[in-house]
Amino acid sequence: MSSGTKFVSVGFQTLLYKETLRFWKVATQTVAAPILTAMLYLLIFGHVLEGRVEVYPGVSYTAFLIPGLVMMSVLQNAFANSSSSLIQSKITGNLVFILLPPLSHWEIISAYVLASVVRGLTVGAGVFVTTAWFADLSFVAPLWIAVFALLGAAILGTMGVIAGIWAEKFDQLAAFQNFLIMPATFLSGVFYSIHSLPPFWQAVSHFNPFFYMIDGFRHGFFGQSDMSPWTSLAVVSAFFAILATIAVNLLKRGYNLRH
Amino acid sequence: MTAAIQITNVEKSYKSLKALGGVSLTIAEGEFFGLLGPNGAGKTTLISTIAGLIRPDSGSVAIHGHDVVTDFRAARKMLGVVPQELVFDPFFTVRETLRLQSGYFGLKNNDKWIDEVMENLDLTGKADVNMRALSGGMKRRVLVAQALVHKPPVIVLDEPTAGVDVELRQGLWKFISRLNREGHTVVLTTHYLEEAQAMCQRVAMLRAGKVVALDTMSALIRRISGSQLIVHLASGTLPASLRHLVAHDALEDHEYNGKPESHTYSLRVNDYAEVEQILAKLRESGAVIGEMQLQQADLEDIFLQIMDGGSL
Repeated sequence: MSSGTKFVSVGFQTLLYKETLRFWKVATQTVAAPILTAMLYLLIFGHVLEGRVEVYPGVSYTAFLIPGLVMMSVLQNAFANSSSSLIQSKITGNLVFILLPPLSHWEIISAYVLASVVRGLTVGAGVFVTTAWFADLSFVAPLWIAVFALLGAAILGTMGVIAGIWAEKFDQLAAFQNFLIMPATFLSGVFYSIHSLPPFWQAVSHFNPFFYMIDGFRHGFFGQSDMSPWTSLAVVSAFFAILATIAVNLLKRGYNLRH
Repeated sequence: MTAAIQITNVEKSYKSLKALGGVSLTIAEGEFFGLLGPNGAGKTTLISTIAGLIRPDSGSVAIHGHDVVTDFRAARKMLGVVPQELVFDPFFTVRETLRLQSGYFGLKNNDKWIDEVMENLDLTGKADVNMRALSGGMKRRVLVAQALVHKPPVIVLDEPTAGVDVELRQGLWKFISRLNREGHTVVLTTHYLEEAQAMCQRVAMLRAGKVVALDTMSALIRRISGSQLIVHLASGTLPASLRHLVAHDALEDHEYNGKPESHTYSLRVNDYAEVEQILAKLRESGAVIGEMQLQQADLEDIFLQIMDGGSL
């Protein structure tokens, strides 16, 4: 942040408030709908696989699935918040209201990412509250739950900023979402442990940063995971640092924003 | 005194198109400055460069001494821009929109000024209405209000009255004139040349990305040799000695106030003394004047002359 700038400036607070208010005003679409979707996943997959699959000893499949669904909702909604806000503002032209004021690139990215975290965690909490009734869940390490939820939401919020800056039309953003975010999320172990995969796909999964987010998050519930939570934390933190650097750099250069 | 806006040799190209070809301008503090030119002349590109929305290939722009790229925070605090496009955020009401815009400029608890701006732009009754529900003219007013929420010393209006009714125009110009009198610098682009002539003290005309005229309004109008004496002859014809003064071909091709075209002439005059000489020659030739009108050159004449490739 540039010198002489308060860390929590009024500009940053206002943009954060605006981005939060924006999704809250359409909460049926941005909060209630993803909670319902996660419930449907739980009902269908839980019903079909309960009793047939035991991923961790002593943990039912439904109990295993719930943290995965919570984290998937956190990630997808965090991405949706920043990416949809940016692309809508770019296409309708009202992004000019953000570009004209004296907001630094740090303030802009922090506000967009933090608002994404707020939405991701709001939806995640909603999914948890509505699904936790279906299984006995434990909270072995709540700090890991909080750390991975926050980092996961921040990462996807940052990816949303990058996608929103890069995309020039909804079609391009949909491609980013459908061909990158969605497969990476589904193939990250939301519905299964990677130990149940053939060796090749197990190896491939290790290159998927989303796997570490969900695996670390799940560790907080059960104290069991495919990887050590410290390894997951290192991978996830490094991934966040790389994405944040890219996003800040794009904003600083004015890529696709200031011509 | 530091210039309100200092534009130094700004160049900007889009592939093979040179949008700005070395524009330099100094706009003094407190000026009401007009930026005129046809579509595609580079006005909006120049304004976007001033606003930091476009980065120049070379050259620099400073607002009150603050470079818009290297010292963008200070520069943007000084600047309020009304964009040409009718853009709005459909999630918010008018008041929310103005509070958010205040916050982006670091202002909390700005409701007193927001209320005053809304009052002056006749938006008070729409304060709690969602932006989507506003008419085009009302949305334009909100755009103006957004540019003014932080009381910027420099106000840039990019065609602020395009497509809006007379009431808004009058209200807007009254409010902007007041701000100008209070010391705010105003830069205006408009296609309504009579607006520019009425409001601006100084004008720059752009053609193909270059400044082709820059002067005070009165000096520009004085410099054009183009006041016209329009005469309709009740009888007789224009003597040969006056034929070289016929200025306006159009009048020879059309009727003037319903009179036959062959008896109506538009004669170029440079000063009032020439009018008497023309009348004397008409009397000598036996022609009788039915109607007569002296038309002063206006900004439109100057604009057309310059855009046709002429110089002043």
